[in-house]
Amino acid sequence: MNRIRLVAVVFLALTFSAVLLADFVAPAPYAKQFREAPNAAPSAKHLLGTDDLGRDAFSRLLYGSRVSLLLAPAAALLSTLIAACIGGLAGYLGGWFERAALAATDLSLSLPWLFLLLTVRALLPLNIAPIASVTITFALLGVLGWSSSGRVICSGARAIRQSDFVLQAQALGCPPHRLFFKQVLPNLQPVLSAQFWTSIPIFIIAEANLGVLGLGVSEPLPSWGNLLRGLENWPEVKASPWKLMPIVLLVAVVSCFQLVFQKRENLAS
Amino acid sequence: MIRRSLLPLALLASCWLFVSASNAQSGAQSGAQSSAQSGGELRFSIQSEPKSFDPMLADDDSSETVRYLTTGYLIRLNRQTQQLQPEMAASWKVSSTAQSITFELREGVLFSDGTPFSAEDVAFTMRRLMDPALHSPFADPFRSSAGDVKTEIKNPHSITLQFPAPVANLEQLFDGVAMLSAKSAHSDTAGLGPFVVSEHKAGSYILLKRNLNYWKHDAAGKPLPYLDSVRLDVQQNRDLDLLRFRRGETELINTLVADSYDRLAADMPSSVHDAGPSFDTEQIWFNQVPGAPIPDYKKAWFRSQNFRRAISQAINRADMCRIVFSGHATPAAGLLSPANHFWFNQNLHAEVADGPGALKRLAADGFHLDKDVLRDRDGHAVEFSIITNTSNKLRERLAVLMQDDLAKIGIRLNVVTLDFPSLIDRISHSFDYEACLLGLVNVDLDPSTQMNVWLSSASNHQWNPEEKTPATEWEAEIDKLMRAQASTTDNKKRKEYFDRVQEIVYEQAPFIYLVNKNALSAISTSVHNAVPVVLRPQTYWNIDSLYLTPPDPNGRHGE
Repeated sequence: MNRIRLVAVVFLALTFSAVLLADFVAPAPYAKQFREAPNAAPSAKHLLGTDDLGRDAFSRLLYGSRVSLLLAPAAALLSTLIAACIGGLAGYLGGWFERAALAATDLSLSLPWLFLLLTVRALLPLNIAPIASVTITFALLGVLGWSSSGRVICSGARAIRQSDFVLQAQALGCPPHRLFFKQVLPNLQPVLSAQFWTSIPIFIIAEANLGVLGLGVSEPLPSWGNLLRGLENWPEVKASPWKLMPIVLLVAVVSCFQLVFQKRENLAS
Repeated sequence: MIRRSLLPLALLASCWLFVSASNAQSGAQSGAQSSAQSGGELRFSIQSEPKSFDPMLADDDSSETVRYLTTGYLIRLNRQTQQLQPEMAASWKVSSTAQSITFELREGVLFSDGTPFSAEDVAFTMRRLMDPALHSPFADPFRSSAGDVKTEIKNPHSITLQFPAPVANLEQLFDGVAMLSAKSAHSDTAGLGPFVVSEHKAGSYILLKRNLNYWKHDAAGKPLPYLDSVRLDVQQNRDLDLLRFRRGETELINTLVADSYDRLAADMPSSVHDAGPSFDTEQIWFNQVPGAPIPDYKKAWFRSQNFRRAISQAINRADMCRIVFSGHATPAAGLLSPANHFWFNQNLHAEVADGPGALKRLAADGFHLDKDVLRDRDGHAVEFSIITNTSNKLRERLAVLMQDDLAKIGIRLNVVTLDFPSLIDRISHSFDYEACLLGLVNVDLDPSTQMNVWLSSASNHQWNPEEKTPATEWEAEIDKLMRAQASTTDNKKRKEYFDRVQEIVYEQAPFIYLVNKNALSAISTSVHNAVPVVLRPQTYWNIDSLYLTPPDPNGRHGE
């Protein structure tokens, strides 16, 4: 098991390194159109061939991975922070605040996410740069994706509130804010960490889903979402299996995150 | 007339070469009529929910499909022979001044609810059509001048319509006028077409059942249509549509995109049909609505002829045809396709990509390059967004090619895909957009039917709809020319007027035309009597004479 986890960590490290160094590794700018060679097969010039507009597929995969792999953790961090604030306080304070927070969580969980995201995206200004568009997409995912984590964190905070050491601290006259920041939050860290790691693949896939609907990251900036749109055309993919690379990489990265997360979850429990 | 087509949506410009279907239809049927099998359900997809089931307001592709299948017409254009043929009108006569038309109506015709069809229904239809409050896109071609249309009912089967001024191509215009019932208790659903709407599940499907009162019979006396029902599935995704066709879950794809055509042709060659260059266009336009919520300096760009022409000049149309349409398209020169042999202005030629030329034109308006960024005379970087409908990969590819072309002259183009209702809302109501990429589906060859686009007061005058008075001199000139061509019966004169309209549109570029696509379609081998044509609806224009044979045992469309 340790060896598999090690492989996962190494794979993630290599992938992150490659995408962070995309400016040096990529053979061509991600938006450059080699119009004389649309849908080209892999070659020395184009390692993974070209897309239907003649753009180098390997370069787009690198840059697209960079977008998804950097912004998905950022969105996960945002949602975990929101969940920590709402869920942590609810579990720690209990009473009416907990009931209200859990009701808000339930309401948030019952919302049709996809339609909400579609609506919010339709309301955004049109004239925004692709990088702003992708940032907004992930920020939306982060802001809207806190609720399931919030419930878990609330449960963890409640357990801590009822624990002996907290009672002891309260009996010794420790003020509530100090108790929350010095005792409760540090003890919630394993739960927060687990929620953070599990959120990353969820947000990657959510962005991919939006991309498949054409509502994710704007052209010409690549992301896993809009790269996966190329897979809608199955007969073409069957004839050009190298076009499966984005999904192969997505599955590999998500699996590695899961392996790493499983270990952390075990530690947390 | 021009309508929005969804396939992405699109504005549909209709220019059917009016032809009459009767001969072709009987010809197409003759070989098969004796063996034609009644029954069965024909299934095909529409790309969006119809915007309206009111036949007077059908201005998108899906609404037009429902309208075509459920309504009846006095005169019909045969999409194959391009000749007019009698339908509800057994005969008609246009006055020598082209100001009136007299119809002798077919007797014994019933609406789908059993109420008889009479001259009163024709009068009612015309009153409703010409009601200015309705804003029917089909009314504009009849409005050659101010004044009401007078109706004179001589007897229940004879009616004369008197127009305030001559109307060019008068009889052809009735191909777009669906007859309504004046007396039916359910006048909104009673129709004279081969089918009636039976079920509608919003966003999912529309089921049309055979109209038991339909008036046509085949040569052997068998009642038409042969089909029991038509199921229209709402399916935006063209790939899924293609997949369903391959699986035998649908029988028609009315308009096939180029790459789908090539894929299908590879393994189902007898199911695909290329009818040659179509009348459809793909184009962009800039928002020139004075009250639009966009910055004033951008409005100034969009109103500049040089700016629009420069954008047009910077776009590489040849690459669009080659890369996006796999060669199944030609660069567009203007509002008409060269396939429209009579009306197309042969002096016009598609712009050839010329970045330096575009920059020179922009320089005349004070634009200049500043470290690879184009700026206007006040220093604003030239950047704008273009909206198009999501799930239309061809348009998205066109937009990305344009993005690259414009980047070469220092312009940043932001491509935004929106779901269709949001897009329609922006271009028709809120006007909160800068540029839009859509398509026009020509459904009529005669320019009179394009009044709903080119008149400055028209609702589909998309760059600045429903102007109270023409905003520019050239729009005023187009108004004048369009009215003039619609008021004369001399086709030579009309051609001169419309040639000038095409020149103005070319020079001013309110619409920047990109390509003319070929008419590509797919028809299952289980569908008989189908004769694919260039004019819409390409595959089911003779729906009442189509019939099905059982699918092959493996459930797929065999070859």
